[in-house]
Amino acid sequence: MNLDTTTALGRNVEDRVQLSRLTVGWEDTSRAATLRQHVGIYGPIPDASRLGRDGLLGEVAAAQLTGRGGAGFPTAVKMRGVASKRGPAVVVANGMESEPASEKDQALLARAPHLVLDGIALAAEAVGARDAHLCLAHTRDWLIDIVLAAVEERRRADVDPVPVSVHDLPHNYVSSEETSLVHWLNGGEAKPTNTPPRPFERGVAKRPTLVDNVETLAHVALIARYGAGWFREAGRGNAAGTMLTTVSGAVEQPGVYEIEAGSNVGDVLWMAGADPAAEAVLLGGYFGTWHQIGEVAGLPFTAAGLRPVHGAPGAAVIYVLPPGACGLVDAARILQYLASQSAQQCGPCMFGLPAIADDLGQLASARPEGDPFGRLHRRFGQIAGRGACRHPDGAVRMASSALRAFGADAHAHARRRVCLASARSQHNAPVMPVPRPVVEGGWR
Amino acid sequence: MSLKLEINPIACTGHGLCADLAPELVELDEWGYPIIHDRVPNDLAVHARRAVNACPTLALRLSRSQRHKEQN
Amino acid sequence: MIGASSSEHALNAATASHVLAVGTSGPSPLWYTTRATGVVALLLLTATVTLGMAGTARMETRAVPGVVRAGLHRNLSLLAVAFVAVHVITTVLDPFARIGFISAVIPFSSNYRPLWLSLGTIAFDLLLALIITSLIRTRLPYRAWRAVHWLAHACWPIALWHGLGTGTDSRLPWLLALDAACVLVVGAAIIWRLQLSRRADLRKAGILLTAGLVLATVVFAAIGPLQAGWSKRAGTPTRAAGPAHVKTANGHRGAPIARHTRDYA
Repeated sequence: MNLDTTTALGRNVEDRVQLSRLTVGWEDTSRAATLRQHVGIYGPIPDASRLGRDGLLGEVAAAQLTGRGGAGFPTAVKMRGVASKRGPAVVVANGMESEPASEKDQALLARAPHLVLDGIALAAEAVGARDAHLCLAHTRDWLIDIVLAAVEERRRADVDPVPVSVHDLPHNYVSSEETSLVHWLNGGEAKPTNTPPRPFERGVAKRPTLVDNVETLAHVALIARYGAGWFREAGRGNAAGTMLTTVSGAVEQPGVYEIEAGSNVGDVLWMAGADPAAEAVLLGGYFGTWHQIGEVAGLPFTAAGLRPVHGAPGAAVIYVLPPGACGLVDAARILQYLASQSAQQCGPCMFGLPAIADDLGQLASARPEGDPFGRLHRRFGQIAGRGACRHPDGAVRMASSALRAFGADAHAHARRRVCLASARSQHNAPVMPVPRPVVEGGWR
Repeated sequence: MSLKLEINPIACTGHGLCADLAPELVELDEWGYPIIHDRVPNDLAVHARRAVNACPTLALRLSRSQRHKEQN
Repeated sequence: MIGASSSEHALNAATASHVLAVGTSGPSPLWYTTRATGVVALLLLTATVTLGMAGTARMETRAVPGVVRAGLHRNLSLLAVAFVAVHVITTVLDPFARIGFISAVIPFSSNYRPLWLSLGTIAFDLLLALIITSLIRTRLPYRAWRAVHWLAHACWPIALWHGLGTGTDSRLPWLLALDAACVLVVGAAIIWRLQLSRRADLRKAGILLTAGLVLATVVFAAIGPLQAGWSKRAGTPTRAAGPAHVKTANGHRGAPIARHTRDYA
């Protein structure tokens, strides 16, 4: 039984926001699909050697699939980059999901691990890899067990020419960055390293390494079966295919949704049952940007669509700020967490992030010392772009977007020492669940 | 064909000798870490070279720039 | 400092300071140069090590900014090498103790106080490795250079112990004071640098080690070079030590007048 590509299992059939491609059968059971069930839903695993290297790369390129890990880099370009280098390559599947506000990768691996493992096998064939690694966060024992079981199933059925090694890594925020994975696999700490060279040039064991998000690889698995044309049947405007997105906060049904790429932010909010009184959202997770809902509701939830408002979907994460909650408080707590998660390798990040976290904290608690705005704006310019990785940049972007989105409130905090948001609400609004600002468990 | 001064931010531990030797090219931020002005005019090349050699952790590098540094 | 001829030296034995009278073949200018350059080298190394510690501790004043301190560290170390080179050359050229050139780089290859001389050889080897790697620092991987630099920290205490063990002047009060001052300065520099470290375990280990080494040095000096008869215990070959009945300067008998007629003027 092949996937019925014309059925749109959406809540709202006319709008067709929600689609089932990766998520077929998820509402029936919370258990991982077995290999048999997987083949039953999607058909047999495509024979990668029959497709040929150019076959798969050509399809992925025609589909214009972009990375689902947050950077949105064109997948075919990355794969071609690795394939063009001499010598055997390595495939690394990134299932770490260090972003606390995101759950899509965990959900995908827990329900449809074979889609991801198909994608790994196909990518390995396409780039000429002889080794593959799947990296997971070591705090998620439950997920590691599920994935190991799926790998074992395939080993017994002898379906994968390239062996997949499953690894559990430290759970820190920067540990899911691609150079962190490569560094750890090479025996080092799960901390970002200097680039150049980028992993596609020289990565694991000095070989050209393809690092892809697990969702990206799952899409590759479906493109290999049904083709680029099928992939592009979904998608609005210039966006193609579907994407998994995590919605949380003041919504009736928080969780992971598979939506049509290019859907408007407002449609996604409506679909999840967002509180009509909510006024602000955080798009893109902890490295993302805060917006007033009115500013973004009509815009596509894509990188291109959000660019005019300096936003980006990141790893497709949406947090809806509850009405009456103070966005500055949540932004300050996120910044505190990001500061604690610095790999402590570069001065501007190590010292700069705690400094702006302190400044933003002062603003958020309406107890400013001196001129926190002046300090923040000066420091934003000094911190971004001066680290080895994009951690300080992402933190600065989130913080400066909070000042922009909650500008009026920020001034009220600073000048008149009152909070406009809490003044408006009758009761205490819930705060965003942010992990403790400590590094637990080391880097190795 | 001009010279470019580049820093390895992981190797840099903020000694600040570079700012002493080439103040026109290097300014220190409030935490003692260098902000590099990467285009090196030819008349400052010798000072840039001295700064590179003086760095206790060899975090600075001087190179001939061909094109704009690739952003990742 | 340049010695007089052997006969004059013998005549001055009673008025000489606490120098071991070595009898027939008296010390030559080369031997005095060896001892002098050794002392100066130790002082220069002390200053070098202290400046190095100041560097890692990021100490700066307006008069001595970081680049100046770093430059001083480098230049003093080069000067130290120069003095050690002279020290080695005069030692080898001097027929008094018959130390061959090979002993400059291969430890335990001489007859003269083999252990204590070898410490000097080892210190010299370390110093050479340090200087060479530092001169080509920009062409080496940073970690290799750093490893050699770290190892070369051992250079200073080894040189000090070499000086105490081989030095014929060890009991001179001014030299003793100098040695003690050097130990104090470097010991203090290490402890002060360590207490700036954020790693509590390294701090404690380092301070204990330093205190231990200082104590060991004091104890060694007390039971070794400062005791009578050290020269023999240290392994000075009897020909160089002179007739057995010659006592040290606090003793009484002068040296026999010129048994050999070699003139070391």
